[in-house]
Amino acid sequence: MAGSDAPAFADAPTLSDADAALVEDLLSGSHRALARVITKIENRTPGYRAIVSALHEHTGGADVIGVTGSPGAGKSTLVDKLAATYRDRGDTVGVIAVDPSSPYTGGAVLGDRIRMGSNVGDMDVFFRSMSARGQLGGLSTATADAVKALDAFGKDVVVLETVGAGQNEVDVVRTADTVAVLVQPGSGDDVQTLKAGILEIGDVFVVNKADMDGAQRTVAELEEMVHRREGGTTGRGAGHHGAASMASTGAGGSAAGHGDGHHGGDHADGSGHGESDGHADDSDESWTPEVLETVANSGEGVEALIETFDAHAAYLRESGEIETTERRRYAEEIRTLVRADVGALATAEIERRGGIDRLAERVRDRETDPYAVAEAIVGPIADCVDEVADGDRDE
Amino acid sequence: MSAEQQERAVRCLVAKVGLDGHDRGAHVIARAFRDAGFEVVYSGLHRAPDDIVQAAVQEDVDVLGISILSGAHNTLVPKVIEGLKEYDAFDDTLILVGGIIPDEDEADLKELGVAEVFGPGTPMEETIEFIRNNVPERA
Repeated sequence: MAGSDAPAFADAPTLSDADAALVEDLLSGSHRALARVITKIENRTPGYRAIVSALHEHTGGADVIGVTGSPGAGKSTLVDKLAATYRDRGDTVGVIAVDPSSPYTGGAVLGDRIRMGSNVGDMDVFFRSMSARGQLGGLSTATADAVKALDAFGKDVVVLETVGAGQNEVDVVRTADTVAVLVQPGSGDDVQTLKAGILEIGDVFVVNKADMDGAQRTVAELEEMVHRREGGTTGRGAGHHGAASMASTGAGGSAAGHGDGHHGGDHADGSGHGESDGHADDSDESWTPEVLETVANSGEGVEALIETFDAHAAYLRESGEIETTERRRYAEEIRTLVRADVGALATAEIERRGGIDRLAERVRDRETDPYAVAEAIVGPIADCVDEVADGDRDE
Repeated sequence: MSAEQQERAVRCLVAKVGLDGHDRGAHVIARAFRDAGFEVVYSGLHRAPDDIVQAAVQEDVDVLGISILSGAHNTLVPKVIEGLKEYDAFDDTLILVGGIIPDEDEADLKELGVAEVFGPGTPMEETIEFIRNNVPERA
């Protein structure tokens, strides 16, 4: 792809001395520097881009897990238990928890931290709350950059937690390697109405509060839905992942099966075994989303969930899917950045022409029309691009 | 090329330290701060000074508001301040204390580095105004 005709890239943005020192501190393990870098990313403080640029080469070591679900599904509590369980096995953890902010005042109460009871005082769990500010380039850019900071810092696992409410949030979790969608039991209609976008991004579906009435039905409905999504090309729970997906129902099996059979015992329904057995085929299988049960309050099922995350990470690596995923993710990042930058140029141009209100008023007065205004604003930018392109060809 | 504008928000940690379980005030403050356009992290009840330090450092807050109604401020607040210094976070964090603090203690707390003490009945606007005027400038 990168043939000789590919235009040369300008140098990365330059780091100021202070920011270079900050990056240095972050890489050598200063919590303060890490926190400050994330603040700069959030605030889009001038120079933050150079910082993220400098961090990029140090990233790629962390497993990034996205956790989403409707309000009250128990995301924060589950994330707390996940972090504690990762810590038990010696992994360091970063958490980015996104909360909505008021569209009126911009203010927010970021409440997820209250649930982090299992990890207070443990500095190796770095928990950061972020608000969904009305950001131009998209919330997902800011969270993805914050994840990079945690990754470069050396966290083994980074968990991104967000309410699965809108496109913004969906974009956020899409930047994770593995996405868990939390569902509450007894929310039959909820499952029906789960936003299409959210259903499609789930690698793992978690029925939390599995000790509540209706959990089994919700599990069944989700499995049915996952099945349908697979389009019947591979049987339910097909492939070697089928074994792992049985972990929560006590069937044991490969990767994720052991150690958790005890909890699933009371829920075991055993259905689906026959189907999955018939398709046991370990090679080149696509990932079939799994449906697990947890009780985040007590920590039940959390280990099995982590094993499933691991299984998914292993699947991504072994199948080569990770390369495709990363390429797609970076492509999306580039597109988002370019769109934001060009948008910013256009916004500046609008300001120079007296502001959007004045332009709108002129359109209202029939002095001009929206298309003409857009053309007048974007035209000069397009001309510049053409000029540069011509220049490149002449060289 | 980064023509985008900054989006700075004042970040506050509203913290309950120690054994007192009265957090109505902290809730009211948190909400008022939110409505003033601040981003508020609430610590939850019964936190140890170390927990507060951890939260303040990780969340990189501009303002740390500590609510203490138990009378243990003379032991708890210095520990929090020590911890912040340890992480190099003391200098650019505005530290406020709310609660029932005797006058003589108030002077001591300010000596330690507490910017202001707000007693019962302080109008919310006064606290918010104080934060707006005193929030540390950051590079």
